[in-house]
Amino acid sequence: MFVPCGESVPDLMGFTLLMPAVSVGNVGQFAIDLIISTLNMSKIGYFYTDCLVPMVGNNPYATAEENSTELSINTEVYSLPSRKLVALQLRSIFIKYKSKPFCEKLLSWVKSSSFARVIVLSSSHSYHRNDLQLRSTPFRYLLTPSMQKSVQNKIKSLNWEEMEKSPCIPEINDSEFCIRIPGGGITKALYDESCSKEIQMAVLLKFVSEGDNIPDALGLVEYLNEWLQIIKPCSDEPTASALRWKIPSSWRLLFGSGLPPALF
Amino acid sequence: MAATFFGEVVKAPCRAGTEDEEEEEGRRETPEDREVRRQLARKREVRLLRRQTKTSLEVSLLEKYPCSKFIIAIGNNAVAFLSSFVMNSGVWEEVGCAKLWNEWCRTTDTIHLSPTEAFCVFYHLKSSPSVFGSCPRKNMQITILTCRHVTDYKTSESTGCLPSPFLKALKTQNFRDPVCCSLLEQPNIVHDLPAAVLSYCQVWKIPAVLYLCYTDVMKLDLITVEAFKPILSSRSLKGLVKNVPQSTETLKKLMTTNEIQSNIYT
Repeated sequence: MFVPCGESVPDLMGFTLLMPAVSVGNVGQFAIDLIISTLNMSKIGYFYTDCLVPMVGNNPYATAEENSTELSINTEVYSLPSRKLVALQLRSIFIKYKSKPFCEKLLSWVKSSSFARVIVLSSSHSYHRNDLQLRSTPFRYLLTPSMQKSVQNKIKSLNWEEMEKSPCIPEINDSEFCIRIPGGGITKALYDESCSKEIQMAVLLKFVSEGDNIPDALGLVEYLNEWLQIIKPCSDEPTASALRWKIPSSWRLLFGSGLPPALF
Repeated sequence: MAATFFGEVVKAPCRAGTEDEEEEEGRRETPEDREVRRQLARKREVRLLRRQTKTSLEVSLLEKYPCSKFIIAIGNNAVAFLSSFVMNSGVWEEVGCAKLWNEWCRTTDTIHLSPTEAFCVFYHLKSSPSVFGSCPRKNMQITILTCRHVTDYKTSESTGCLPSPFLKALKTQNFRDPVCCSLLEQPNIVHDLPAAVLSYCQVWKIPAVLYLCYTDVMKLDLITVEAFKPILSSRSLKGLVKNVPQSTETLKKLMTTNEIQSNIYT
């Protein structure tokens, strides 16, 4: 359930909700971190749930001593009212069998808050790509039918690739085709539920392999930026893109502590 | 996916969890599977009862014993610290215990408890003032003590260079008292039960502080327990600790008792 930081529940009617799926390489979560950090979004509340593994730590977006001591938990909600943007960040994995209840609670909150649309940032295993996908851009999008009506033209003008259907049961030759997002976590469940509940939802994902996924996250936010124009677009040099997004201070030591000098 | 030395292709674990398997399991699940899962979930429920009579508590613990300070020790060293320094001063009455079972651990049923066994018992200080009224939660302050292995601590130097054991703290927004050690810096995080308690307190605006001792000895250890000593001067524990030298003696006795028990030759 949503619990506000302040005394009253903020009015989020008409806002765009950006959220990650906990997926391969944690790309969606990294991307949301970049958005919250770059836009300096303020925390407005918590999506308190028993569906994710509990975790706490100090402010992951701290820029100075003064703002480094605010406690953060595993599911937090940030907003930027001037751009009518809300970001939900998920910082831990789902407890077994709790991902479906979480999707239900989340979509129920989306409906009751009257968000204009939801954009899910996600990723999928790159090794599952077919030959055509191997040769094309690694980015894909998906729109629910109600979302298609409002943004189809804009998406068309961007020349984006829609996520292809693949055999539901790969081992069987004449299996039916459906949307599959291996490694995408709750992405498919959220998408299917939103289709049936007529929620305006877009999924933006990248095919990735696990490793240092920061470049993938930068790629995904740039992909989102082509559409939403969160920050000013400029030339498509990769180095320029890395400089435009503010890396959070919590991204230090992603691969562990320093090495003992005696090792060498 | 990963290719092994022997030429097989195996599914490598994913950082983001194993959701795909869960989806497939959901599709193959029969009503019998669902019933087994429901029964397991019921068995895993945490129950609060009186240890001596094994009867359930009639009302929630905090309703029956509203308090201004709630101190939780998790893990053998934190429990040893609390037993020797805090519960040794004043008269503490046992008011209930939590019984739990799951596939990885279960609480013990024995009467004589040592810090190395798995149990959860609630005690109440007989002489403490009661506070309360209609919102006891608002006046309550929570202190959590626990330990973690020093290799869990992320630092730009090697963890081998760290002067362990050392204390770090995390506090909720509404906790206004000074803390007895430095705060846990990013990118370090805490999970499991201490995180669950702190998350609850942060969300519901309850003042709470977690004191986390990073140590390289996870079994019951004198030096690790003594690393919690700076907390004795905190507002949370002030007034609860009477005789520090006597407590230190009690602690040493606790260590010796447990050492004998863990000798593999007896």
